Amino acid sequence: MAFTQRHLLGIEPLHPVEITTILDLAEDYVALNRSAEKHARALEGMTQINMFFENSTRTQASFELAGKRLGADVMNMAMAQSSVKKGETLIDTALTLNAMHPDLLVVRHGSSGAVNLLAEKVNCAVLNAGDGKHEHPTQALLDALTIRRKKGRLHRLSIAICGDIAHSRVARSNLILLGKMENRIRLVGPPTLMPRGVEDFGVEIFDDMREGLAGADVVMMLRLQRERMDGGFVPSEREYFHRYGLDAEKLAHAKDDAIVMHPGPMNRGVEIDGAIADDINRSVIQEQVEMGVAVRMACMDLLARNLRASRERARLRELADG
Amino acid sequence: MTLWFHNARLIDPDRGDESIGTLSVEGGKITGRDTPCPAGAQSLDCGGKCLAPGIVDMGVQVGEPGAQHRESLRSAGQAAAKGGVTTLVLRPDTDPAIDTPEVLEYVSRRAEARTPVNIRAMAALTRGRMGREMAEIGFLRDAGAVAFTDGDRVVTDSKVLSRCMTYAAGLGALLIGHPQDPGLSDGACATSGKFASLRGLPAVSPMAERMGFDRDMGLVEMTGARYHADQITCARTLPALERAKRNGLDVTAGISIHHLTLNELDLGDYRTFFKFTPPLRSEDDRRAMVQAVADGLIDVICSMHSPQDEESKRLPFEEAAAGAVGLETLLPAALRLHHSEGLPLPLLWRALSLNPARRLGLESGRLSVGAPADLVLFDPDTPLVLDRFALLSKSKNTPFDGARLQGRVLATYVAGQPVYQMERSHA
Repeated sequence: MAFTQRHLLGIEPLHPVEITTILDLAEDYVALNRSAEKHARALEGMTQINMFFENSTRTQASFELAGKRLGADVMNMAMAQSSVKKGETLIDTALTLNAMHPDLLVVRHGSSGAVNLLAEKVNCAVLNAGDGKHEHPTQALLDALTIRRKKGRLHRLSIAICGDIAHSRVARSNLILLGKMENRIRLVGPPTLMPRGVEDFGVEIFDDMREGLAGADVVMMLRLQRERMDGGFVPSEREYFHRYGLDAEKLAHAKDDAIVMHPGPMNRGVEIDGAIADDINRSVIQEQVEMGVAVRMACMDLLARNLRASRERARLRELADG
Repeated sequence: MTLWFHNARLIDPDRGDESIGTLSVEGGKITGRDTPCPAGAQSLDCGGKCLAPGIVDMGVQVGEPGAQHRESLRSAGQAAAKGGVTTLVLRPDTDPAIDTPEVLEYVSRRAEARTPVNIRAMAALTRGRMGREMAEIGFLRDAGAVAFTDGDRVVTDSKVLSRCMTYAAGLGALLIGHPQDPGLSDGACATSGKFASLRGLPAVSPMAERMGFDRDMGLVEMTGARYHADQITCARTLPALERAKRNGLDVTAGISIHHLTLNELDLGDYRTFFKFTPPLRSEDDRRAMVQAVADGLIDVICSMHSPQDEESKRLPFEEAAAGAVGLETLLPAALRLHHSEGLPLPLLWRALSLNPARRLGLESGRLSVGAPADLVLFDPDTPLVLDRFALLSKSKNTPFDGARLQGRVLATYVAGQPVYQMERSHA
């Protein structure tokens, strides 16, 4: 099998073949999700726990639905309100949950690397649903699937990622994934929202939207994460929209058939003009949400296969030793 | 008792050379170099191994008072003896801080009874290390404080710092600064660049160190204070340091052994044992720092011993405590600079013992007749794989766990008395 990971902690450890494997399997699940009978049995008998230390409605719902459609028992834990607030450490929480024998742990956390830390302490498969400013792998995979379906390929495309790159885990996962698949990546945004050292990533950097979008096949907008702002990265929302907000005039610099993407939730009038977001000929934002469920089903399916295989190996080893 | 070390490879940082010879010790002092065995002396064959002045470790944190569970004076003393450190220079970042003569006396008295090695203490520059009011610099100096520092807290108010410097300059007291721009470095736990961006960690530019150093140099020039920078870790700061020295300012600089032997990539997948203040730097910076030590621009290498319990390290990287224990790993890690980077041993010992002793006004750090017989006997070549649970420190947070190191302490002497001897089973 062309997918050998035990966990899905980020795009960085994945081989391009593994990315393709996930996307190919996700295509099957897209078809399943569009049919009347939406049930598969890949996770039958397995327990999936969603631990969200940061509030999230959309991603959590998508993971929950994905697990349920694959036949898992799904439990949601809203960690933002729980014992973590009472001083329990992340590792104690993980060990407590581990004792309940989950098979899949879906984790979102506000600190970069927190999911890696947790994965070291549990013996189930861990999926990163976003950690700090580090990675959000399923988002990048669903974006990749959307692009592949719309553009017919996932290589040699010119892709502009625009907005708050510095604070965005979505941007990191996307630029790693799209780089691995050999695309031309352009980062567009104010210099204050560009991560340091980004010029070493093999990307082109623009602080002018018109130049950055020129000839792009894909325009990927990011949310201006106001809750992450310490204040003062950009002068004001209206200046930001004027210079970096996506409107018809700026989009006209991209290719005529360029698609517009956004990971949601959108701030209409801050980073994207409402009319663009709703333009069914350009915007693929709703399709991204649909692909999200399919991609997450594919990831969990593949991780569950590896988990079953490793348990089987352990059982055989025990038999051989015994 | 008179001791006569012979067949020893004498590492002399003062003369800057090494030679096979003998050393006589009597009454806690070195009494002879390359002399025949004095009558009635106990003869010790060093087997051609290295005999050097014991390490003077400038800037050791011990959890006493306030956090004995992390490190007590007793455990720190044992770790120091095993690591070839003969003088511990304590940092005042305890709880409460060493900011009154009473706390200083308490620490000194307890240290006297519990530690086999020499203990000297630095005191806080401002009360409670809060950066607002001056501590009793005069009283503390009379009580034995060898330097004044707020540790890794920067005195942000330049007016407060200028007054502290002016007052300390009047007393001839040494002030130790932590060069770092507090605004730029706020919340950062990595050095900005490609690696920190990939890991999504809040990061600080190396420029913050230069800016902090430049401000401090401005104040030193203004007040005439004696100043030591605790850690200079970035290539960008070196020209400013060089300039300050050239202009005749009374300035020296140190660096931790970790910044000389590790770089930011060692963080790997968020390994919190590699979290330091300031954070680990790029490989380019690390190499520049090794060169600066070789050139004598950076004067002092220290362990920056910072014991942390397991709990404070088993956290997401941003939230985890910074620092590492280093008393027992300072010598073998420093020998990496000898084995891999070609630094001669006398030069290395200049930074490990002679320079810190001089800067703090101590007699030790030399192999000259009349100097205290604080000595370390070591084999620079013995290979070892470090096991953190074998450390004598109460805290085991070392970045060198599992690392392949070369060099082992065979024996440590303080004032001519053996305070550590390696068990024969290891030989």
